[in-house]
This record gives sequence, C-alpha cells and structure tokens, in this order.
Amino acid sequence: MKKTFVQTFVIFSIFSLLVAPCFGEALQAFEGQEGTIKIAGGTAHIPVMKEAAKRIMTRYKDILITVAGGGSGLGIKQVGEGLVDIGNSGRKPKPEEIEKYKLKMFKWAIDGVGVVVNPTNKVQSLTKDQLKDIFSGKIDNWLVLGGVKHAITVYTRDEASGTRAVFWEKALDKENISTKALFVPSNGAMKTAVANDPYAIGYVSVGHMDETVAPVALDGVTPTLDTVKGGQYKIARGLYSNTKSDPSGLTRLFINYLFSPEGQKIASEKGFIPVK
Amino acid sequence: MNNAKEIIAKNVFFLSAVASAVMILAIFGFMIALGIPLFKAGNFLAIWTGPWAPHEGLYGIWPMISGTLWIALLATALCLPLSLGTSFVITSLGSPRLCKMLGTLVRFMTGIPTVIYGFVGIFLLVPLVREGIGGPGMCVLTAGMVLAILISPTMILFFTNSLLSVDVSYVQAAKALGANRVQRLLYVMVPRATGGMAAGIILALGRALGDTLIALMLAGNAIQAPHALLEPARTLTAHIALVKAADFDSLEFRSIFVCGIVLYLFATAATVAVRLILRKREVPT
Repeated sequence: MKKTFVQTFVIFSIFSLLVAPCFGEALQAFEGQEGTIKIAGGTAHIPVMKEAAKRIMTRYKDILITVAGGGSGLGIKQVGEGLVDIGNSGRKPKPEEIEKYKLKMFKWAIDGVGVVVNPTNKVQSLTKDQLKDIFSGKIDNWLVLGGVKHAITVYTRDEASGTRAVFWEKALDKENISTKALFVPSNGAMKTAVANDPYAIGYVSVGHMDETVAPVALDGVTPTLDTVKGGQYKIARGLYSNTKSDPSGLTRLFINYLFSPEGQKIASEKGFIPVK
Repeated sequence: MNNAKEIIAKNVFFLSAVASAVMILAIFGFMIALGIPLFKAGNFLAIWTGPWAPHEGLYGIWPMISGTLWIALLATALCLPLSLGTSFVITSLGSPRLCKMLGTLVRFMTGIPTVIYGFVGIFLLVPLVREGIGGPGMCVLTAGMVLAILISPTMILFFTNSLLSVDVSYVQAAKALGANRVQRLLYVMVPRATGGMAAGIILALGRALGDTLIALMLAGNAIQAPHALLEPARTLTAHIALVKAADFDSLEFRSIFVCGIVLYLFATAATVAVRLILRKREVPT
C-alpha cells in the first residue's frame, strides 16, 4: 500500500516536471477564452502551427485549433474568402491579393532554400551560372564540374510549391527547368530522393536539411541557419500567416503567441529563423 | 401491411440505386463543366496532344496520357506471366499444402497498403535499377515492376476462380482418358476459362491505370512523354496529385479535370470490355 503511494507520488512529480516548461507565461493570454481557430495553407508552416496548437489546446480545453495544409495559394484564397481564420503562405502575398482580400500579413519566421547533393558527391560548391546550366540541362554530367563521370539527375518540385517559387525566382533567375527533371511531391520526398541517389541535385528548405544530404555552397556561401540569418545567403523567404483585415479575439491571441518568446522558440526548434 | 412495407422498401432501394447512378454521371458532368475554362482558353486539340509547359501557357496532358499507358501496359505485361504461373500452381500443379499457402499469401497481398510497395521500391529497387541498368532509377521500368506486383493479386484471383469454375465433369473425363495434370490444365481448363481470364487481365490493367502512389513515388514525374523504359514519366493520377495544390482559378488547376475525364473514359472502356467478354462467355457453346 505504502509502496503504491510512493510510486504514484514519484510518477506524478516526474510528470509535473515534464509538463511544467510547457506552461509558459505567453499562454496566460488565452486564459478564460473559448472558441475555434481554423488554419490552412503553406505546408512549411505546419510543424510550428501544430506545436503551438498542441500547447494551447493542452492547457485550455475550450479552445479548438485545426491545422490543414493545401499550399500557399490555397491558404491566401481561403482566408480571403473567410473559410479559415489564418491562411499561411510561404511567399509574400501578391499586391492584387492583398488589395482584393484586404489581407494583413504577419511574417513570423524566415526560411532559406538551399541546393543539396548526395553526401558522397565531391562537387559541393557551384556558381550561380553553373546551377542555372544544370537545371536547364546544359550541363548534364558531373564530370564537367569535377565530379564522377555520370549523368546528373535533377530533382525539382511541382509548380504549386512555395519552395520551388523562391528557388526559381532567386536562384535560377526565372530561367527554365529541364523537362527531364524528376518531380518529387514534398520537401521530405526531396531529401529522401537526394539521400538515396549519388548523382542527384535538388533543393530543400534549410529547416529540412540534415546529415543525409550535403548542402552546396552557391557562389561561395553555404546555406545554413547562420548564413540565412546573417543575410549572406540570399535565397530565403518569409513564412507568413495572413488574416483578413485586422485579426481580433482568439486569432489575434494566436498571432501574438507566434511572436512571443515561446512561439519564436518553437519556430527555431523546428528549423526556421525567428524574426525577433 | 406486409405489402405496404414491401413497396416502401422497394422504393427506398430503388431511390438509392438511382442516387448512386446519378452521382456517377454527375461527377462526369462536373469534370466537364470545371474543365471548360481550359477548353475555351486554348487550342482544343493541343490540350490532348500538346506538351505541358504552364509558364508558356501550354497545358497539354499528352505526356501524362502517354506516361500512364507506358507504365500501366508494362505492369500488365510483366504481371501476366507471374499470374499465369501462380494460378496454374494453385489450381492444378501444386500439392494441396502449397496451394493453400499460396492462396492465403495472394489474399494477404491484396491487403498490403500501396505505400509499403512504394517505399520498398524507393529504397531497394530504384538504386538497383540505377546502378544495374542505368538511367536515373526513377523510371517507367521501376514503376512498372512494382505496379506489376501490386496488381498481381487481382489477376491471380481472377485466373484461379475462372480455372476452378470449369465444369468438373470435363476435367474428370480428360482424366479418364489418361490426360496428366499438365494436359488437363492446358487442353481442358485453360480453353474453357479464357473469358474469365481476359476479364482478369482487363481489371488488373484498370487497376494499374488508376493507381496513384506507385507512379508518384517511383516514376520520377518528369513532364516529358517517355520514349524508353529507363526514362522518367508522369501518370495522369500523379499529375492530379502534384497540381492539386495550385490556385483554384488557374488554368493549371483546371487541367486536373481534363485528366479526370481521361481516367474516367479509361475506366469506362475497361468496364465495358469486361462486360462484353463475360456476356459472351455466358452464351453456351
């Protein structure tokens, strides 16, 4: 009997210690609130959105937050038409979208897009012109770049991808991507593809990079959290949460939470660069 | 009282049948209606036969139609010998224990989620093809091989069922005449089962045409129509999966509905073919 009590006490203590850090003061703002927040759009945002939602909902049972994907274009459209409260986008909404829907934008993190190759590849530095020639298909063998004698396999993303949009605009200067390029459907799939193919080249969100792929220095600058943060690495974008006109009530509180030290810490834990 | 109940029940069931039929037709109408902006925007023929280059205003889905046919036909061709062999063993050549084991295995295969095949393909087959045969690894051949395994249970079960439904008296008569197991299979059972077997092939082909995940994960999804087995290709279904996140108003998004129409027509053709074959078989010869 006594033993059970001690056991329960120990388990309870450990549990409270584990849970305690989650009850940060930033969450206090949600005290006494109830209702729902609907979030949709950009897929890069999802890990941060889910973590924030989880922390809020664990503490305040009367608040319900739903997080859906769908892509940047969809997020902007849905928030504009009032289908969701927050529409995320991995690019800045276009002026006509802001005008049409009276959008308010909140950029709460920065995310770089870096070129990656397989770690066994000797070629880990390229110039911008070489990169353009590789993606357009003009350079099609690693031998030309000082690597092994084997055809280059170019991997790219679908047109609706925010990652592709930024890479195409800022790294390729809107030049063509070869029709022979292989398409993968997500940042995760890109990483898997490049990690398994010794002759691959592709691009992923810097937040997604790990030791299974090797980042390629572009004009001498390696894409890392630090170089994106410092501004030396230029191929980056903001992660936006958009609302229709000024947010109010719970939506306002959620946006505030993203900008609180705790919210910014979540962003940095998930591999993005906080804005504060 | 009973009669009234019967009438009500009859009407309710009739209505649900009508509802599902209307829904299927409505989906077709819906796809055409939503595809209209794309039909109006450009050359009607170019949508079916042209290349896909959204940045240049070209929304042709020919590369996807071609990719779908390459992969699905290859998968069916690879699956056919596999399924013939397996169903022969199950129906007549194997020992009772082996037959039972194989039968269970095939039924188990129908329950394996597609994504498992996709992952095994990515980590095992893609590097093997790339290093062993050449090309980028993600190609028509890789997708076709995995898809062949995916559709094989459909074909095997259909083959087995039609071989086993051959009248026992024929088989026994052949046995009485001294025909051995192989002879009974090849000269008695197979000729009587061709209709059902053809239906199995077409249903398996239909499944291969409609599968999304295998091609999306293993075929590379390049927007060029393939000309060889080692080239990457994009199927209609994979195209839909890749483009569905695009802006609703864009013509790019509208191409989804055109792909839908083509897939719908493929499915209809397969169903009609199966119906015709099976009806022909029912007529006593």
